Amino acid sequence: MSAILEVRNITKRFPKVVANDNVNLTVERGEIHAILGENGAGKSTLMNIIYGLYKPDSGQLIFDGEELNISGPHEAIEKGIGMVHQHFMLIPVFTVAENIVLGAEPKGITYDRKKANDLIREISQRYHLEIDPDAKVKDLSVGLQQRVEILKAFYRKAKLLILDEPTAMLTPQETQKLFEIMRELVKQGMSIIFISHKLEEVLQISDRVTVMRRGKAVGTLKTKETNEQELANLMVGREVVLRIEKSEYKPGDVVLSVENLTVVDQQNVTRVKDVSFEIREGEIFGLAGIDGNGQLELVEAIMGLRPKKSGSVFFYGKDVTNFSTRQLYREGISYIPQDRQADGLVLDFTIAENLILREYKEPTYSRSGVIQYKKVYENAEKKVKEFDVRPPEYMLKARNLSGGNQQKVILAREVGYNPKLLIAVQPTRGMDVGAIEYIHRRILELRDKGAAIFLVSLELEEIMSLSDRIGVIYNGQLMDILDGKTAIREQIGMLMAGSRFDKTTLEAR
Amino acid sequence: MKEIFLNPQLWAATLAMATPLALPALGGTFSERSGVVNIAMEGIMLIAAFFAVVFAHATGSAWLGFLGAIIVGLIVALIFAWAAVSLTANQIILGMAINIFASGITAYLLNTMYGFTGTPTDTPMLPTIEIPGIKSIPFLGQVLSGHSVVVYLMIIILFISDYFLFHTNLGLRLRAVGENPEAAETAGINVIKLRYLGVALSGILSAMGGAYLSIGVLNSFNPDMTSGRGYIALAAMIFGKWTPFGSFGAALLFGFATALSMQLQNTAFSKNIIMMLPYIVTILALVGVGGKSVAPAADGVPYTPKK
Repeated sequence: MSAILEVRNITKRFPKVVANDNVNLTVERGEIHAILGENGAGKSTLMNIIYGLYKPDSGQLIFDGEELNISGPHEAIEKGIGMVHQHFMLIPVFTVAENIVLGAEPKGITYDRKKANDLIREISQRYHLEIDPDAKVKDLSVGLQQRVEILKAFYRKAKLLILDEPTAMLTPQETQKLFEIMRELVKQGMSIIFISHKLEEVLQISDRVTVMRRGKAVGTLKTKETNEQELANLMVGREVVLRIEKSEYKPGDVVLSVENLTVVDQQNVTRVKDVSFEIREGEIFGLAGIDGNGQLELVEAIMGLRPKKSGSVFFYGKDVTNFSTRQLYREGISYIPQDRQADGLVLDFTIAENLILREYKEPTYSRSGVIQYKKVYENAEKKVKEFDVRPPEYMLKARNLSGGNQQKVILAREVGYNPKLLIAVQPTRGMDVGAIEYIHRRILELRDKGAAIFLVSLELEEIMSLSDRIGVIYNGQLMDILDGKTAIREQIGMLMAGSRFDKTTLEAR
Repeated sequence: MKEIFLNPQLWAATLAMATPLALPALGGTFSERSGVVNIAMEGIMLIAAFFAVVFAHATGSAWLGFLGAIIVGLIVALIFAWAAVSLTANQIILGMAINIFASGITAYLLNTMYGFTGTPTDTPMLPTIEIPGIKSIPFLGQVLSGHSVVVYLMIIILFISDYFLFHTNLGLRLRAVGENPEAAETAGINVIKLRYLGVALSGILSAMGGAYLSIGVLNSFNPDMTSGRGYIALAAMIFGKWTPFGSFGAALLFGFATALSMQLQNTAFSKNIIMMLPYIVTILALVGVGGKSVAPAADGVPYTPKK
């Protein structure tokens, strides 16, 4: 039997970039074929070509033995190609069934709710993907929403399922559940393309893996015959340091001191309860916790972005509790917000403009209220080079950069002038190995220069590999502060789940 | 005060005054559910009101006047759709342009075609309908019977609209396009076509509302006779949470305010203050007296298909 999909010499150019450069790829029937690559390597472009959303400039697609020549998703669906996009293509206010059948409803003028629901139940039973067809999608967890997307493909009788970064939004448990589903589907004869930039996931789930780098497919390997390091090097195009080395911990004066801070939200619900901690020069203080346990509120309150109910904040002994965000910036505090697109950048501004968002009012860039663009561009030229922003064109809008490069712009702005304190919330969220390595290195550099770092992350791995001391937050309370060198995973995990740790509980397990 | 509320005329007038709001409000529901904010409804109403008189007088048939108004309204709506949907122009600015144009062109044509005496007095009107059974019921008969045919037409359209939007496949797709056009497109739906449909329906229904004013209530056209009803209809639609029955309910409320202001005109209240009543109700409605309403997620956002 022939392969389910053959990609032959596909090339796709966008203004200024070749997104796909003569890409070749074969997906066999019944295999899980991973496509691994950094953000911006051209994975999504290739998938959008297969799905008919983009037209290739040249090349050929052979699907199920015949040449695929389609002009839109409509035809791709008809041929049997299903795609689960990274950002779900769902309508939150519609029911599960409505979302699944949309565009291919049971025949008739009237929407046949009962028939649609019955069909969904039948499919969900066949593939062991239980779901309530009448539930509104907005009420579902991310994992279940993804299940709706997968069911959408099956409802349309897909033979090939493309999963575009399916684990990006999932919890570890949900990811494992997804992998079980994928294995089950392959057993039933489905072929799956699994797109990812996470090495361990690719190694865990795929049969074969094709690595993409800067628009090119640089190699296809059998998963069994490769390893993390080989894949990482292939993906980045050079030797990558997967485990970062840290220099000795030499704490100095207290930089930031938070005392008995309590924060309530608009609904008057307490989000941060009586939190106290200190961060010293040359120290990385990591805050671990499950999402939504008050991390964001704590940081925003410190940064003057959210009112504090009680408590104080000191910066080098000076009371800055009621300082505005701009005043805090002027003291020498930098901030990398969690959501780089919403809070970190003005997406429709150029890179150069984004680079001076915090300093545009200072005399360097502004004379009697008029922005000195010559200075702005000089600064941008320098920063773009120093922080390796790609492409290195500072007149480009921030919107047109990949996530990793957007983060580099923020980093360049916040770290570029050597702050005394850096508050970084999930600085590597959704980024690939190369970029993560880079950002971690920058943060450590800053620490070694004597700055204090407040690192908030949901990735325990990140917290543990960088932090000198680790605080764990649960339900708005700082459960404990541990030594970064001696803290163990289980210990932090239990604190994150809200149970106080002591040796006896661990031994009892 | 009590006799004012017990007067069936007040309630009959409420229904009559709600009609030119409910029709465009229903139209706006279609347009916005498909993702296009159509503030040009005001202008479409006005142009339709004018051409209803023109066609009715020229052909001697009020019904042909009504049909002509709908066709003209549809044409204006399609021009709006072409610019807003195909060329992805800013919908608000576009709508304002059409409204200003409508105000000017109708005043100009009124003068050049009919001179300063206004539209001809022998322009035919759309018929009124007496409903046999209901007519003889005391009070209720006076409220519900004897209205212009357009009022009853509006009630029928109201039920059809609700059925169409919430119980048909096409309605499901139309709403999908207004919520998440990208999702709709990946499900194989033609976003552009459905947005044209939404705007076209809003044009037709607004035109009906406009024609009702000129050849349903009266048999003449006056400059700017819609006096902001297209906008109030939008408010009614928002107040009604983008649903047909909600829009109708809100239109009734605004219609009531208008009817009340007419009833109070001969009382001791200041006329100018009373005339403000419908607009004050509109503002109160919009600042959230009726609870928070949620617009279709992609309402007013132009969509460019990927290629």
